[in-house]
Amino acid sequence: MKRLLNIELQKLLLNKTSKVLIIISFILPFFVILLSSFKINFFGLFTIELGEYGIFNFPLIWHITTFFAAFFKIFFAVVVVSMVSNEYSYKTLKQNLIDGLSKKEFILSKFYTIVFFSLISTVLIFFITISIGLYYSSIDEFSIIIKGTEFILAYFVKLLGFFSFCLFLGMLLRKSAFALAFLFIEYILEWFIYWGVYEAFDNSTEKAEMVKNFLPLESMYNLINQPIQRAIMMYSPEKVDFAYDYAVHWYEILIVLAWTGIFIFLSYRLLKNRDL
Amino acid sequence: MSEILSIDNLTKKYGYLTAVSNLSFTINKGNVYGILGPNGSGKSTTLGIVLNVVNRTSGEFKWFDGTVSTHEALKKVGAIIERPNFYPYMSAYDNLKLVCKIKGVSYEKIDEKLEIVGLIERKNSPFRTFSLGMKQRLAIASALLNDPEILILDEPTNGLDPQGIHQIRTLIKQIASEGTTILLASHLLDEVEKVCSHVVVLRKGEKLYSGRVDEMVSSFGFFELRTEKTTELVKLLQADAAFNKVTELDGLVTAFLEQPMDASDFNKMMYEKGIVLSHLVKRKPSLEEQFLQLTDSTNPTKN
Repeated sequence: MKRLLNIELQKLLLNKTSKVLIIISFILPFFVILLSSFKINFFGLFTIELGEYGIFNFPLIWHITTFFAAFFKIFFAVVVVSMVSNEYSYKTLKQNLIDGLSKKEFILSKFYTIVFFSLISTVLIFFITISIGLYYSSIDEFSIIIKGTEFILAYFVKLLGFFSFCLFLGMLLRKSAFALAFLFIEYILEWFIYWGVYEAFDNSTEKAEMVKNFLPLESMYNLINQPIQRAIMMYSPEKVDFAYDYAVHWYEILIVLAWTGIFIFLSYRLLKNRDL
Repeated sequence: MSEILSIDNLTKKYGYLTAVSNLSFTINKGNVYGILGPNGSGKSTTLGIVLNVVNRTSGEFKWFDGTVSTHEALKKVGAIIERPNFYPYMSAYDNLKLVCKIKGVSYEKIDEKLEIVGLIERKNSPFRTFSLGMKQRLAIASALLNDPEILILDEPTNGLDPQGIHQIRTLIKQIASEGTTILLASHLLDEVEKVCSHVVVLRKGEKLYSGRVDEMVSSFGFFELRTEKTTELVKLLQADAAFNKVTELDGLVTAFLEQPMDASDFNKMMYEKGIVLSHLVKRKPSLEEQFLQLTDSTNPTKN
């Protein structure tokens, strides 16, 4: 495993574009979160301190940071897609196999890299969240601090699932531009499926939503629902119609993990049956 | 003599097209093999199959008596196919380091091999700045990293300038002289003739011949003759059972032997018949002539 990871990391880190994108996707979100937690002084006119609104309090902070940090995953998605498409355009995939890497090892080396970077990102966000949280919260009770850490697990699974999807699209389409375009098409496609089910089952939103929850992009989004509504609810608990299910459920994690498995397996099958 | 690669009834079909058809041959340690065939005869496909990048339709192949899996076996093989494929943004050294990681070889070999191919001064330059000749030499260095049991080269001089071709050929000869088994696929016959002891001849995916180069065509050689009495000579030779084919071009008569005959005996015989030869050469057919004879004369009956 170390060997395969080492091989892929060399390919990535010696490539300037990949290196820049990796830095952007993993370092930038933490800077943004960190900065937003500071007191911002607008030319001495007024100051904004988001912390005052209590959004950096435990346990809400786990939800807020993981939700916003996850947007930056698109930068690493470009890296994942190009780390596959480059192997095709440089024809180094062929050379790697000839040099004695098996097709399984090739896919695994990519997958381990995805796991590796997802883990780094998860660990980073864990520490940043806990430091900001401790700074703003008056709470220092351990049980309350760790309440909500399921969002950290959800964050990891979300990255893993999304990058595995990108890996599969890269293997399938071989060109980064096509693969990224397909991501967008897939997003629209899921809405079409939603609409199709809605029409087919007598305008049942419930059934349509249920089906959509099983689709790749939607299932990944479901892991961490938007936290804004929850933040508002905290201030005005009387708005009952604002209530929604923002929790991380075990079945949501299971669906995304299943997709991860499917995407990695399909990537391997594609490569295995392909003549290079 | 131990077996390095054995191919048994290998077939590859691309849809309706049969690229390789029931191909069988064996590569033994220590010999230099050539795979000969016109473009599109299935050379690269065959190599692609044994190198794990093309899926076979049917048949078997075994590396090193079949004791290890293909990708493990390939760690003991050095191969260059078509064009050199490396990461353009990495330096020569880093590219080879990656190959070391894949093959599980120590990095110490890198400088040694770069020295052999004469790229040691450029080891830190990015691959994309290399000329095609340099790229091909880097590919050879890469293939040699693991001190391979067998070196596979597919059209190694394709697209190179004369100087580049010369450099690559010198390298190949040098490597062959050190006892490394080589499998060289090429449509350039003089290339194969100069280095190979054995050949496999392919046409349209079918094997026409495999064996030693000098036994490729069961031939007793031929005479090249010139005389003032050309028509008489041709008539005389055509009547003689010792010759199976006689051709004449611009006064040069070529007569192919059906049975062994000495040049001096032949000269004597002609003289006795009143024909004085101004030019007499006995030759064995060159590989090119043998090859053309093989690929042209065999009827494509199995289609």
